[in-house]
Amino acid sequence: MEAAAEPGNLAGVRHIILVLSGKGGVGKSTISTELALALRHAGKKVGILDVDLCGPSIPRMLGAQGRAVHQCDRGWAPVFLDREQSISLMSVGFLLEKPDEAVVWRGPKKNALIKQFVSDVAWGELDYLVVDTPPGTSDEHMATIEALRPYQPLGALVVTTPQAVSVGDVRRELTFCRKTGLRVMGIVENMSGFTCPHCTECTSVFSRGGGEELAQLAGVPFLGADMAPPPPLCPAGSVPLDPALMRTLEEGHDFIQEFPGSPAFAALTSIAQKILDATPACLP
Amino acid sequence: MEEVPHDCPGADSAQAGRGASCQGCPNQRLCASGAGATPDTAIEEIKEKMKTVKHKILVLSGKGGVGKSTFSAHLAHGLAEDENTQIALLDIDICGPSIPKIMGLEGEQVHQSGSGWSPVYVEDNLGVMSVGFLLSSPDDAVIWRGPKKNGMIKQFLRDVDWGEVDYLIVDTPPGTSDEHLSVVRYLATAHIDGAVIITTPQEVSLQDVRKEINFCRKKESQIFPPTTGGAELMCQDLEVPLLGRVPLDPLIGKNCDKGQSFFIDAPDSPATLAYRSIIQRIQEFCNLHQSKEENLISS
Repeated sequence: MEAAAEPGNLAGVRHIILVLSGKGGVGKSTISTELALALRHAGKKVGILDVDLCGPSIPRMLGAQGRAVHQCDRGWAPVFLDREQSISLMSVGFLLEKPDEAVVWRGPKKNALIKQFVSDVAWGELDYLVVDTPPGTSDEHMATIEALRPYQPLGALVVTTPQAVSVGDVRRELTFCRKTGLRVMGIVENMSGFTCPHCTECTSVFSRGGGEELAQLAGVPFLGADMAPPPPLCPAGSVPLDPALMRTLEEGHDFIQEFPGSPAFAALTSIAQKILDATPACLP
Repeated sequence: MEEVPHDCPGADSAQAGRGASCQGCPNQRLCASGAGATPDTAIEEIKEKMKTVKHKILVLSGKGGVGKSTFSAHLAHGLAEDENTQIALLDIDICGPSIPKIMGLEGEQVHQSGSGWSPVYVEDNLGVMSVGFLLSSPDDAVIWRGPKKNGMIKQFLRDVDWGEVDYLIVDTPPGTSDEHLSVVRYLATAHIDGAVIITTPQEVSLQDVRKEINFCRKKESQIFPPTTGGAELMCQDLEVPLLGRVPLDPLIGKNCDKGQSFFIDAPDSPATLAYRSIIQRIQEFCNLHQSKEENLISS
């Protein structure tokens, strides 16, 4: 109750989107990063909150490793990635003395830090706060949802790969969303296929069909489904494996800016557009 | 910046509630009062139970989705090809139990007997246990906090009637958290042969795996090294041998989805050959370990 009466550091955040998956390694951090970059290129002010405490991937993906978090009068200042301060980030990665040090914490301590990330980071005015989560349906997820509930998140993007093994885990995540009252905005199928740069044949490296199956199970949109036809033979409505995307993530560069012709660009910008379209207009 | 993460010393340790790392933890007062100090009898019970298990191997990765379950399943299949070797595969990924699907055992249930829970058998010599078998629907979500997950892991180690086992393979979820701390704690006195660490070539994976290696070192787990490429330099830096590299093969994903052994569908795939070579090195390590132990006992 107190939280709703005192919005504090999230007062200036218009819309909160969580990126979830029951499964690890499907591309939650990748999608969070690229969604944030795409929204920023659409003129929005975006923050990213990385609540994966054991495996914080986002600092590296944005070339921000080694940056320090400073205190300001309202709490912790997020790390700004650009001079215009249009994209900011908070991650446990910035708090580690040594980047290879393992964060070996049990639930209660993880919950405490997540609460701090939500209440003590001075995000300022943001159009979107994208919250990247670790895989699973456990302490971090419950703590995040509890802490964010008073601020009425817009919803969740749920990420899968095409494989049945992934769908098997992610359908449990959909149940988690239902039980916690979190609206699923849509399913993103990542690593859909690999288009050979020489012959343009598409190989389904990680099987086929998972995204559509999940979207049907959940009764939610399969994001990007009405995109213009992708490279020959690759399934529509999904983010393909894209070596240029992988390289920019390794090197911490802006894929959306640097590779507009690359296979994954259309899918990623389409997802961002869907989010923009689904965002209710705010009173000025 | 005051919030520098350190490890939880453990609710039953002498430092519980008193260590520097306890500052800011909501359980601090509880631990400091000695609430967690009662020794966990399960550790002794598990040690007793594990006397019939010759080798215990953890499969870890800081990173999700690198192929821990795929590898665990195929390590089990590979070792079980020798009909005289008894294999147990334990899936302690409570939130995302992939092993039932990969082993073709979806929908199977666990039965109780006088001697405990019976594993689900894929072959006569390959038994499997997973929380997946305890869920009645594929949509059921296991929304549990740490303590409840720990309780489940304790039960898996103490109450499953594995019988005489040559290799117990433990598939873990990604990360360095409750499940990992618990399994290492419960098995510590029963002696773990080692941990196989899985990575992909990407730096985003390697950075999580370095943390996992540090976790193992802290918990004094012997490390079998990361299995997929890009890790050569990391292995050299951290003085951990590289067991091998497994290339991508679309048939791996397809077979896991169908719940079949990939070795049978693609016996000549470079990935199969890589897996087999890795499995052989693991067996050699375990046998070497065993003879060292026997020498120590007899000397």
